[in-house]
Amino acid sequence: MVPLCYCRFLDRLQLRELKDSLIIFCTDVFSAMLIRATGQNLRLAYLFSLESLDLVKQIEVSEILSSGDIAALIYLWNPFTIVACVGLSTSPVENMAVILCLYGACSRLIPLAAFGWVIATHLSLYPAILIIPVIFLLGCGPDAPPRKLFLQRHQQEEVLNQSKLPLGFSWRPIIHFAFWALLWSVYVLVLCGISLKQFGGIWEMFKSTYGFILTVEDLSPNIGVLWYFFAEVFDFFRNFFLIVFHVNIIFMILPLAIRLCHRPCFLAFVYIAIFSMLKSYPSVGDSALYLGLLGWFVNELADMQFSFFLFCGYFGVSLLSPVMHNLWIWRGTGNANFYFATAMVYACLQIILVVEGVSAMLNHDRKLRNLTTGKPRDAKS
Amino acid sequence: MALLQRPFFVLLLVLTHQFMQYWIAFGSVNEEGQKQEEEFNEELLLKPLPDRKVLAHFHFQSSAPPSTSNGRHHHIFPKAISQLVQKFRVKEMELSFTQGRWNYESWGGFDPIPSSNAKPPGVELWAVFDVPQHQIDASWQNLTHTLSGLFCASINFLESTTTYSAPEWSFPPASGNLRYGTLPREAVCTENLTPWLKLLPCRDKAGIAVLLDRPSIYRGFYHSQRLHLTSTGSGSEGMVSGIILEQTLTVVLQPNSQRAGMAYASERHIQPSWSLTSIFGKQVSGTCVLAKSSNVYLLLDRGLVAELEHLHKENEKSAENGFTSQNFWTKPSFELSADPDRIFIEENSLHSKGSSVLYKFQVEKYSESEPFDLSLTWKIPVVWLSQQAPLHASRFLMGSGNERGAIAISLKSTQLSEGFMGANADDERCDLQVNVFQVVPWYVKVYFHSLQVFVNQQPKAISDIIEKIHVSPSKDKVSPGVMEMVLKLPCKVNSAALTIEFDKGFLHIDEYPPDANQGFDIPSAIISFPNFHASMIFLKDDSVNKSPLLSKFQEKSPVMSYTEALLVPLTTPDFSMPYNVITITCTVFALYFGSLLNVLRRRVAEEERFLKEKAAKKTGRLSLLLSKLSAKLRGRQWEPPSSPPASSSFINAKLVFKVILVAGLAVGWQYFFS
Repeated sequence: MVPLCYCRFLDRLQLRELKDSLIIFCTDVFSAMLIRATGQNLRLAYLFSLESLDLVKQIEVSEILSSGDIAALIYLWNPFTIVACVGLSTSPVENMAVILCLYGACSRLIPLAAFGWVIATHLSLYPAILIIPVIFLLGCGPDAPPRKLFLQRHQQEEVLNQSKLPLGFSWRPIIHFAFWALLWSVYVLVLCGISLKQFGGIWEMFKSTYGFILTVEDLSPNIGVLWYFFAEVFDFFRNFFLIVFHVNIIFMILPLAIRLCHRPCFLAFVYIAIFSMLKSYPSVGDSALYLGLLGWFVNELADMQFSFFLFCGYFGVSLLSPVMHNLWIWRGTGNANFYFATAMVYACLQIILVVEGVSAMLNHDRKLRNLTTGKPRDAKS
Repeated sequence: MALLQRPFFVLLLVLTHQFMQYWIAFGSVNEEGQKQEEEFNEELLLKPLPDRKVLAHFHFQSSAPPSTSNGRHHHIFPKAISQLVQKFRVKEMELSFTQGRWNYESWGGFDPIPSSNAKPPGVELWAVFDVPQHQIDASWQNLTHTLSGLFCASINFLESTTTYSAPEWSFPPASGNLRYGTLPREAVCTENLTPWLKLLPCRDKAGIAVLLDRPSIYRGFYHSQRLHLTSTGSGSEGMVSGIILEQTLTVVLQPNSQRAGMAYASERHIQPSWSLTSIFGKQVSGTCVLAKSSNVYLLLDRGLVAELEHLHKENEKSAENGFTSQNFWTKPSFELSADPDRIFIEENSLHSKGSSVLYKFQVEKYSESEPFDLSLTWKIPVVWLSQQAPLHASRFLMGSGNERGAIAISLKSTQLSEGFMGANADDERCDLQVNVFQVVPWYVKVYFHSLQVFVNQQPKAISDIIEKIHVSPSKDKVSPGVMEMVLKLPCKVNSAALTIEFDKGFLHIDEYPPDANQGFDIPSAIISFPNFHASMIFLKDDSVNKSPLLSKFQEKSPVMSYTEALLVPLTTPDFSMPYNVITITCTVFALYFGSLLNVLRRRVAEEERFLKEKAAKKTGRLSLLLSKLSAKLRGRQWEPPSSPPASSSFINAKLVFKVILVAGLAVGWQYFFS
């Protein structure tokens, strides 16, 4: 499972001792606790919104699972998490920063959210796009059905119960968040600047961390597809494809934000899944994070299609990929293409997961709308 | 008229030629007043090696003194080299082309010859520049290109920053302006030798260089052609700096044993007899006219002389004549075809083993009619060992697979350290200093923290053994990793080993050499022993000082040895796949992008209405089937088209509008761009 944990240099340097593996272990447990707390928060919000839509009768509350517990358990028992922990990868730390950010935003601890966001961005750059779901979370609270639905519902029943209406978008916490984010980033940059004074300063740090991420320089095999692509692509197309692949992440931000703005946590999950699929050096640690977060939406995504197929796919890939890697690198009997094929399949599975997840969530919203507007038709269609 | 004119013209030419010659001669006489003259010396050193081989070491030295009068013109000195020195302001430079590996165990590692002429396989180039720090890299790059053109070799590959390094102090001519680069893969052949010979004033047409018969040289076990130049620096402005150009060619050849068929067991131990004709296939028929001196030497090294003395003593004892160990070489156990003009004995200062003996033959005495052909015939069997460096260094790879590995340098004590360092062993604080210089290419990602030291097979703390270390880590595609170390080992050490772990990098397909599965070469490490000096001081004599080869032997240079070049196999991607990889990856990305966008923009109710309208419009069986199928694929219940067509005219209007829009756009485009 060597290619699966990427930042091994750091590991070899410092994280050799048992106490260091204990740190990684504790990080994972702490992340799981934060996931649980956030999940409970989300569940309460879900119940509240059902109540305000008067759908409690239609959807039996007893059927609503405690998504926090499930998410935390998925995160902790996921083989990917265990592998990342045992391999002393640094991805648990990055994951914890992301979870800290979401937890802070869900429970309205603005300084914590800003801290998590800044650290996550500092560690792996891609979580920078999580600023959009965090803004929605702070602005209009955790996941709920579209606001339009509430208004419709209340117009229909002509009951103007203001307390049941969700709050509108408020700018105050966002300004707070911006202030804190600025503060934390200045803090982090100053600390980096001081510690890197002899080594070329902060600019050198940007060049060899973010630059290293953006220009895919290291072509060591990982579970992504970009390493083989950039090992094979013609040199004069390299810059073009670098731009294309990074723009691919940025391009989907806006449509997703427009369509899922009422569900910021799910939006954050989709963003995390997308960038852990398209990032330059993906690892199973990243997959562990979004698979864990998937547990938050266990109620909403109950009708997701292909879930059994996806499960089997993940299972098969995580068995085949190390075998192919071993055949190619260690035994010399296989070929790079075998390993690349498993990476390709893995990418396809992740794509299906994201697409089906989004589709299921939108269908769930439709179902709620149909239930509220009282259409007799089956909500599923 | 024309017939008359021609002889006149020829006469004129001859006269001018004569005049020119006279003028040149006069010029050189003028020069002699200052005792500054361009010189050329040619020498050949032959040495029998313990494993029935013969070492031939050609040494050609041209020197141009610093002068103002000559300007840019030279009599003997090659112009290309002097231009190169002036242009790039090279202070010192050495270029070597080597094929084969010097066998330190049997050919010795302590003498000046192995220590300064045994080179790593391939090309090695180092140069010291006399320019400001920021210009050094530019000068180096230009120099590599010039040398590449001059010697028909791919030295220009040393231009890229990934191939050369700047050792700080472990490489002997330590200086901040030094650049060092090697190409272990470079194949050396006659196209490199020919330009090298062109630098000699007589090429290989006359003098000792006649012996350089290509087939016999390249048949040898080891072949190293070296070019070393030192510019003495111009004292004053406008003075052209003096240059000493040293060209050496070291070959180890196997003489054809004429008595190979003999069945005697004792005869098998006898060293093969050889002559110049038998090993080179040629003889020296006179000197190069331009050479100041032209000598051939035969060197018997310390071990051999000690062995011969021993045998001689035994013989004398049996003949009860009393021994006079000094004159064993007058009645030797071997026979030389020519009488030596002079015999030198090494001044024995340090070594208890004995002193080497040098026979000198002057080629001037021979001519076309009576060519010089030295031959050596052994009469008695002799077995001896060459003198070794204090520690024998070898380097190897550890680990398997293409993911990671480790480099190990092992140092084993030789008989030398057992012998004469035993004298110092009484001192408690006796240390053996060893310098290690190693360059690794960037795709071998060395973890310097994993350095481990073993002394006598026991792991030791690094701080106990390593006195000084300088590391510059590699940068991907920018610079190689350099490691310089000073080890302090106890004198009584039997073996020492250094291991360091590394990860193997993965390269872009363009960065692999044509034969990628062969692997990549890691250049040799240099092990030097600064406390030991490889020098041979022969009896002080005028003629010794005049001979560049012997004065070279007297220089005190630290004992150096090169380790083997390592061959690291790296993982290769599939070289035939670029199009497939690009298309497949792009397909997957398109799949992601398209399906996600599709999910986001789909509106269920509208879509259903649209489907119904479509189905109503075309009530064909096929379309019915298709709609059924698509509904099934989408996982929804199929609804038969029942609702009446909504507004076909509206659709038509829409279609017409679209067509008009597209046509308008096309017209606008055409208009705009024409």
